[in-house]
Amino acid sequence: MSIKVTKLNHIYDKGMPTEQKALTDVSFEIADGELVGIIGHTGSGKSTLLQHLNGLLKASSGSIEIGGTDITRPGVSMVEIRKKVGLVFQYPEYQLFEVSVAKDVAYGPGNLGLSQEEIDQRVREAIALVGLDYEKVKDRSPFELSGGQKRAVAIAGVVAMKPEVLILDEPTAGLDPRAHKDILRMIREVHEKTGNITILVSHNMGDVAEMADKVMVIDGGKLVIMGTPEEVFSRGELLKSVGLDLPPITEFCNELGIKDTVLDMDTAVGKIVDLFKE
Amino acid sequence: MEKIITIDNLIFEYSKSEGSENIRALDCVNLEIDEGSFTAIIGKNGSGKSTLAKNLNGLLIPTEGTVFVDGYDTADDDSIWEIRQRAGMVFQNPDNQLVSSIVEDDVAFGPENLGIEPEEIRRRVDKALEDVNMGQYKHKAPHLLSGGQKQRIAIAGVVAMKPKIIIFDEPTAMLDPKGRKEIMKIIMELHKEGITVILITHFMEEVIDADRVIIMHEGKVLLDGTPYEVFSQADVIRKANLDVPIMVELGDRLRKEGLDIPQGIIKEEEMVKALCQLKSQN
Amino acid sequence: MIRDITLGQYYASDSPIHRLDPRVKIIATLLFIIELFIVDNFIGFGICAAVLAAVIIVSRVPLSFIMRGLKPILFILFFTFALNIFMVKGEVIWEWKFLHITREGIQIAVFMAIRLVLLIIGSSMLTLTTKPLSLTDGIERLLSPLARFKFPSHEIAMMMTIALRFIPTLLEETDKIMKAQQARGADFESGGLMKRAKALIPVLVPLFVSAFRIAQDLAMAMEARCYHGGENRTRMHEMKLKTRDFVTFALEAIFLALIIIEARMF
Repeated sequence: MSIKVTKLNHIYDKGMPTEQKALTDVSFEIADGELVGIIGHTGSGKSTLLQHLNGLLKASSGSIEIGGTDITRPGVSMVEIRKKVGLVFQYPEYQLFEVSVAKDVAYGPGNLGLSQEEIDQRVREAIALVGLDYEKVKDRSPFELSGGQKRAVAIAGVVAMKPEVLILDEPTAGLDPRAHKDILRMIREVHEKTGNITILVSHNMGDVAEMADKVMVIDGGKLVIMGTPEEVFSRGELLKSVGLDLPPITEFCNELGIKDTVLDMDTAVGKIVDLFKE
Repeated sequence: MEKIITIDNLIFEYSKSEGSENIRALDCVNLEIDEGSFTAIIGKNGSGKSTLAKNLNGLLIPTEGTVFVDGYDTADDDSIWEIRQRAGMVFQNPDNQLVSSIVEDDVAFGPENLGIEPEEIRRRVDKALEDVNMGQYKHKAPHLLSGGQKQRIAIAGVVAMKPKIIIFDEPTAMLDPKGRKEIMKIIMELHKEGITVILITHFMEEVIDADRVIIMHEGKVLLDGTPYEVFSQADVIRKANLDVPIMVELGDRLRKEGLDIPQGIIKEEEMVKALCQLKSQN
Repeated sequence: MIRDITLGQYYASDSPIHRLDPRVKIIATLLFIIELFIVDNFIGFGICAAVLAAVIIVSRVPLSFIMRGLKPILFILFFTFALNIFMVKGEVIWEWKFLHITREGIQIAVFMAIRLVLLIIGSSMLTLTTKPLSLTDGIERLLSPLARFKFPSHEIAMMMTIALRFIPTLLEETDKIMKAQQARGADFESGGLMKRAKALIPVLVPLFVSAFRIAQDLAMAMEARCYHGGENRTRMHEMKLKTRDFVTFALEAIFLALIIIEARMF
């Protein structure tokens, strides 16, 4: 499974006075099993791009190949796309609606036309995968849970559809530090256990730097740069020009005059200690 | 210094559903807030920090104990509007606190409720919008603005009531980094103008400029002091499931590696300075 | 995009009509509607149409914009026309099987059609030249004398203000929830009526939850800003009648007199 997007364009309200170009010639490839971070300020076109990958928005031109199937071609069934690509929106807990956690998580798999047995199995797995105790939460109302748990349940609802590509739009927005860490750890675990492609949109540069294999920078509907975190975060000037910051620890190490691009605390400590060994 | 808020043995309990046992959200909180100070309150969700905030302007009334705001008892029904005019509040969700579909009318909402003369309202609204750099948006509809801009309108709406205290209840939790910076800048400016600021947040980088940091845990005050005092107790903070500012973390790690970094460093520039000093001694 | 929708059909401009006090415009519109029902001949309708045309020209609202508002009622127009032309009894001038058209029928049908068109255009001039919020304010102030009889004029206006503020928010919310459920495989477009209605539950439940959350947050925010009903409340925008408002009233009175005299004479 891999993703290949070629010359993707999207224009809102084509032909109307409010016409707006949201994506311009976006091309990239994502290899099997990669975790990709997407960064860009609000209104840069990130959300528009995500919704294309899931077939919620139709491309004005260009192609999106997912596992060899071009999903922009007419006649591709939506159910097929949604089996392959799962999309978790911002504040996904706002979409919970069922009377119990288990039923809510079962909604997505149920829409895929699976057998009841298969659905139950997947619900069990997905709830465990997001770090909740199935027996404890299955019959509880999702509305009674804490903020972090609600979000985990909402993510489980998409994970249970077993998508080969899991896209998360700012999965930690509005959470406190503890829940923030839990959700990120959970995303990493799901990624490792299922071997899916994970696409993570975040405003938190530190998180992206630590988690992603590749980073994409979007600005003004264009793909500005795509590369490893080291490559992308070594371009401080470029990022600043599109209104983005470096991860705080990277910024700090730059200030100290450390030449390499440092992305996490461990490396930073090592490099600073090295400064004193010389 | 004049104490503008005095909290004495505050207990707040609520019941989740009829007949169930009461949950104690605040447990014997004693605090005094200096007039003109900038106090940051941190704690994870459920620590009682938001409940505390709502007790400061009579949105919630103590179950036991007392809260005095500028000399008024919040439990006294007759002074509730005096208290709310003096202690304004900005909430987390920028969308759900704006009343009117025109920016300037929204800012006027508070002063109108206070029964102020129309010309005076006009003056205050224009001034408040200038204070938050939103003057050019006064005829716009809030739903067309960004989250940060909406939050600035909400602040203007409070500023126009000329409060002595503004309580910010996680004002940046739902904003992007740009919006967060804008709001923090405005909060610092208001503080400089002499407004007593109480900022509730869980972003550590927002509290390092405060005069005082209070850490709430399970309804109680866990730590209380200057940022330097509080963050030198990093282990206590971590036990309460909270982060410490990144420079505090780095300082700890470097000390473990044997570098002689002084305690109580919370800002980047302080760390750079300390490292340079250390280097020159070597 | 959904957030770009404009509410009502306000046409932004700075014409003398736009600047009139909303109360004057509301009353003038009501009088205009009454006049349309007093009139019963072509000269009268001619006067009404001329006055309306003058208002449109002064308001600088493009005719195409106004005509757009007529489209949805074309069907009603056609329907009432057909009903009148075939149903009214009188001097038969054309007949086919059970259908017959009378002279009186034609007259009434044509009058009714003109009346409806003028009515729709006339009342849409009110919403086209007055911001929804000023309209609410105007209604509140016109109804305020009724407060003495415990009529909740302030509360009604406040409710309208909040509704205007939150309709776009809720529309956006609906759009978001629908997309999120679609991503979980929801299908709103196929199947029979029952299936489609059922498919909406995953949208409606979160939407209600959202609406309640907004209501709760907003109530708290309003209380924190000292809201305590309409008592002792002042307003930033004072509504003071200006010369132009009195002139409009005078013109409106002359117009009304003219219509009454005209209707009596012919």
